[in-house]
Amino acid sequence: MNRKNPQSNTFRPRLSLGPILYYWPADVVFRFYECIAQSQVDIVYLGETVCSKRRALKPDAWLQLAEMLVQAGKQVVLSTMTLLEASSEVSAMRKICSNDQYLVEANDMAAVQMMSGKRHFVTGPAVNIYNSRTLSVLAASGLKRWTLPVELSNQTLVSLHQDRPDGVETEVFVFGRLPLAYSARCFTARAHNLPKDDCQFRCLDYPDGLMLRTREDESFLVLNGIQTQSARTQNLIGEIDTFIDFQVDVLRISPQSKFTEQVIDTFHARITGDITSDDAANRLKKYTLSGECDGYWHGQPGMEVVGSCATGKDNARDCA
Amino acid sequence: MQLVCPAGNLPSLKAAVENGANAVYMGFRDDTNARHFAGLNFDDRRAQQGIRYAHDRGVKVFAAINTYPQPSGWSRWQNSVDHAADLGIDALILADIGVMDYACSRWPDLRLHLSVQGSATSAEAIRYYHDNFGIQRVVLPRVLSLKQVRQVAQGSPVPVEVFGFGSLCVMVEGRCLLSSYVTGRSPNTFGACSPADSVCWNETPSGLETRLNNVLIERYAQGQTAGYPTLCKGRFNVGGHTYYAIEEPTSLNTLDLLPELQSVGVAAIKIEGRQRSPAYVAQVTKVWRAAIDRCRQSPDGFKPESSWMKELEKVSEGSQTTLGAYHRPWQ
Repeated sequence: MNRKNPQSNTFRPRLSLGPILYYWPADVVFRFYECIAQSQVDIVYLGETVCSKRRALKPDAWLQLAEMLVQAGKQVVLSTMTLLEASSEVSAMRKICSNDQYLVEANDMAAVQMMSGKRHFVTGPAVNIYNSRTLSVLAASGLKRWTLPVELSNQTLVSLHQDRPDGVETEVFVFGRLPLAYSARCFTARAHNLPKDDCQFRCLDYPDGLMLRTREDESFLVLNGIQTQSARTQNLIGEIDTFIDFQVDVLRISPQSKFTEQVIDTFHARITGDITSDDAANRLKKYTLSGECDGYWHGQPGMEVVGSCATGKDNARDCA
Repeated sequence: MQLVCPAGNLPSLKAAVENGANAVYMGFRDDTNARHFAGLNFDDRRAQQGIRYAHDRGVKVFAAINTYPQPSGWSRWQNSVDHAADLGIDALILADIGVMDYACSRWPDLRLHLSVQGSATSAEAIRYYHDNFGIQRVVLPRVLSLKQVRQVAQGSPVPVEVFGFGSLCVMVEGRCLLSSYVTGRSPNTFGACSPADSVCWNETPSGLETRLNNVLIERYAQGQTAGYPTLCKGRFNVGGHTYYAIEEPTSLNTLDLLPELQSVGVAAIKIEGRQRSPAYVAQVTKVWRAAIDRCRQSPDGFKPESSWMKELEKVSEGSQTTLGAYHRPWQ
């Protein structure tokens, strides 16, 4: 396998921090981004993307954070909601898309429509770009950067890069619990026998989501309000050389309540070549919450462990 | 309101036509459609026969090409679009932007519907597909409340079709990756959720277990009726309690809401179930035909007959039905 030292190549992916997917109190969010301002990430995605009932931060507070991060030298991108249902959610999305200061991440086709032909935009992992023709159509509408949908493999990315439109950057979700599904139903409220309309903001009790286990006590999924995530953390630290080979422009780290800065540091040190792939992989093991996976990137079930993040945990059970 | 019924094969297509469907929808025998199941769907000859049969009786035929092609499979989707156009299909039901772009440039006169897999939940999202590809109808995901359906229908540039009956996706369609997380194949990439060849049934001392790629989805005690292990409908443990943490095995049934759906301007009711038997298709189509006709004549006094509800419950998943997201408390 062609394994180059990252330092020997002039191309170097930038690091981004995805939007906070959980519901944290306002003071926690502020403290978090004060630390992020000092970190090595280049791009920060801001805003609530999962549930419109989470309003600990008003729009102005998000803009205040954006300004602070810009002053710290970060590129700020405002993210829109992933599943739009109520008309108030559509209005909030429209407002974000018409801001004249920050780039916007569309997480749904309504946001794409709002910006199409009018301004540059970024797409998040829930916008379905599965083939070159889709990528070209969106590029013609103003797509500046796209995020590979998390279920797609490195082979699909390579094929898409063969026809990548000029000026379009690629981002890959490299670290975090995988966002897998969105529903009208709130599973966190359901777990507490509460209706969604009176959820009592139970998501505040679960800064990294609520664990769902199989009846064999295997950590399987994480309930995060209306979103369902993988219990395992996708970790592609072992693929940095591949990202450089493939000219992947941006690597996305998804915030978690603990160790986010250490994760950023580790990816940064690996990209600059300061630490080896093995060292980086070993470090990150301490920072994952309930196991690792990297199957999607390798064309396997997402929950599988295939590459060098391998934890050695054998999940296979005989089905005889 | 039109009645759009599932045709997984020729006998089902005939059953739908004979029992009062205004349109049937079908797919080809590969991963280009979201019911890519063994033994299901139409080869060339059957498709021709089915289309002729339906057209002779004044019933439209739609082709679902509603999964998301990756570069390695692109030609299959392109061929399916061409094939459907050659067959004289009345509309294509598409989800992928690239496929839609191809279809509208290659076959500008062909009618396009946005599939539920396109995941458009707002008038703005629908407008994207209308402005760029000229879609003429949208199938709404099963995540909207009745009030939200009304808002979308009023703001939409094209008529809306909604699901009336059948298996219930709890997650917004087109953006659910639970199946590929466990099995490597999802509705988007493969056209099936929780695919059958990843399923394993085991008789154990603690009961009948169903697994999906070795992950335990359900365990049945003696005497409990076992169902298919769709992964969002299993029992899991959350916070020390074991329950249907995502959804029960249940079917959507909106017969009660028919007058409201009619009054908010819904153009068509879709029945789920291309994977089901011709007997299912016949039964469900018959009940819904009668209900829609009754509702059109007298929407004010409309009440579903108990015999209709009984018939529908018999063919429902887990023999129970729900109003799903249309009904706010479900959420």
